[in-house]
Amino acid sequence: MNALSWGAAEPHLPILVVVIPLVGALLTTFLRNGFLAWLVATLVAFTLPFITIHLLLTVLETGQPITYKIGNWEAPFGIVYRVDQLSGYVLSVIAIIGAVIMPFARRSVVAEIDERARSWYYTMYLLCLAGLLGIVITGDAFNAFVFLEVSSLATYVLIALGKNRRALLAAYQYLIMGTIGATLYVVGVGLLYVVTGTLNFDDMASRLSAAIVDPGQRNAVVTALGFMVVGLSLKLALFPMHMWLPNAYAYAPSFATAFLAGTATKAAIYLLVRVVFSVFGVGMTLENLPIGEVVIVLSIAAMFLASISAVFETNAKRMLAYSSVAQIGYITLGIAIANQAGLTGSLAHIANHAVMKTALFLALGAVFYRVGSVLYDDISGIGRKMPLTMAAFAIAGLGLMGTPGTAGFISKWYLAVAAIDDGMYSVVFLIVASSLISVVYIGRITEVVWFREPSKAAAQAKEAPLSMLIPLWLLAFATVYLGFDTRATVGTASEAAKVLLEGVR
Amino acid sequence: MEMLETFAAHYNYFITIFLMISGLFIVIARGNLIKKLVGLSLFQTSVYLLYLTPAKILGGTAPIYDESYKLYSNPLPHVLMLTAIVVGVATLSLGLALVVRIKEAYGTVEEDEIFAKDPEAE
Repeated sequence: MNALSWGAAEPHLPILVVVIPLVGALLTTFLRNGFLAWLVATLVAFTLPFITIHLLLTVLETGQPITYKIGNWEAPFGIVYRVDQLSGYVLSVIAIIGAVIMPFARRSVVAEIDERARSWYYTMYLLCLAGLLGIVITGDAFNAFVFLEVSSLATYVLIALGKNRRALLAAYQYLIMGTIGATLYVVGVGLLYVVTGTLNFDDMASRLSAAIVDPGQRNAVVTALGFMVVGLSLKLALFPMHMWLPNAYAYAPSFATAFLAGTATKAAIYLLVRVVFSVFGVGMTLENLPIGEVVIVLSIAAMFLASISAVFETNAKRMLAYSSVAQIGYITLGIAIANQAGLTGSLAHIANHAVMKTALFLALGAVFYRVGSVLYDDISGIGRKMPLTMAAFAIAGLGLMGTPGTAGFISKWYLAVAAIDDGMYSVVFLIVASSLISVVYIGRITEVVWFREPSKAAAQAKEAPLSMLIPLWLLAFATVYLGFDTRATVGTASEAAKVLLEGVR
Repeated sequence: MEMLETFAAHYNYFITIFLMISGLFIVIARGNLIKKLVGLSLFQTSVYLLYLTPAKILGGTAPIYDESYKLYSNPLPHVLMLTAIVVGVATLSLGLALVVRIKEAYGTVEEDEIFAKDPEAE
């Protein structure tokens, strides 16, 4: 892909990552036709991965971050966009998921969204995409807050447009929790700004070293860290701050669920990693304060309690939503262990989980398209009517359990290695034990869809259309492929982890 | 005495903290969806004060580059808070729009009545 010539656009690629979806969003507001809006959104969504992957490869090749000064203002004064190993990697994950699901969107949106709202729906999708990419690419703490809110506001609308009236309530609850989370983050940014006088992440990091030693400023810095970690934990749905997530994912339209499950929490996780490692430096945050221990305990609680909730769930989308909370637990666990293997595992799981969970939700979206429900009673026996859809579901489900030969195994393997490296043998046991619970909940839905007699609704269903099967099978194939060829995930993740751990002091 | 001095010197911050906590309390304690949004707005507003307090310099002017002015207030926090106000307005209006739709769908804006009508929505 590096052979691609970008010509005069080459130096401006970082800003284009955000500008292209924003312009696309503007365009779709003028198109009052759902199909044309879909066409624009697809075009935009398919351009972005080429740009982000090109940026990532350039960074990996040179080993140097790409910085883009907006309006040519010098670094600490103006806003800079910065692509390094970590942000290039997360950008690519978001952009690829955003593109792959687009073919699925057309029929699903036609079936689930009112005609007059369809083009707006794509506007919201593109705004959300712009916001998520913006969070990851920006090198400015306040700019990250603005993008956080851009993506969140669009997300609330995407969820609220679900057919069930519970979607409205879920969107409202998410709006309250999301706003509290973002506001706590911005309080933390404010305190850091008072101490350091800068909003640029790099500049902040270098000035914080002095502020931490100063007893008059240390308290403000520690408070800022607390505010930012709690605020971002709310956004990324760390247990027990996940209460907004199950309903939001369960009642949102299928397309929105598939998109958000793969990308939205990942951008918040990225911001947490950026703040904790690059700005504060993990030595200060995780050793002198018990934040690491607290996050490890909460992550393990998420892995178990959310998984158990998933076992007893009878709505397939809510079941997967609880499983998302558990999987986020794995990601934050590795971040909290904070060694090379742990970070590698966590960052690899960002991509692996995005691929697997999006595939699972796409499969359920296809089922919803044919059956009109995702309750276990209604979709029993659907595997016989939609074998291709449910086979892909089973493959992604195997990945979620962490079966060897799938992507999920790779990330859990690295997490276990990280725990052994740090001498936390009980954590290794807990990782394995919680994986066994995921075997139960995936096993339960597998039993429902394959081994029961088809329900009345399921008996009339037929196989999903090709436009839904193609993205679904692409992701199911990726689940297996990333279980064998880990250069793209683990390779990049370990480079990013190396850079992050260099910032430790 | 010393405490009183601390309070007098930092009274802006105490107001900020008071607004922040009361906003958060309203969000948690009230069951009325509109009142929750009022609390949320209060919570967001307290942040404006947190940013503006250190930025305002007594006797400082707007940053005009001229020899006759020596003391400037920092414009950046003011600009940041303009953005935050826009975000706050957008959040509040979207929240209210959602409440209108909830009222249409459930016939009430009281949380306990909604959950009584739809136990699974909780």
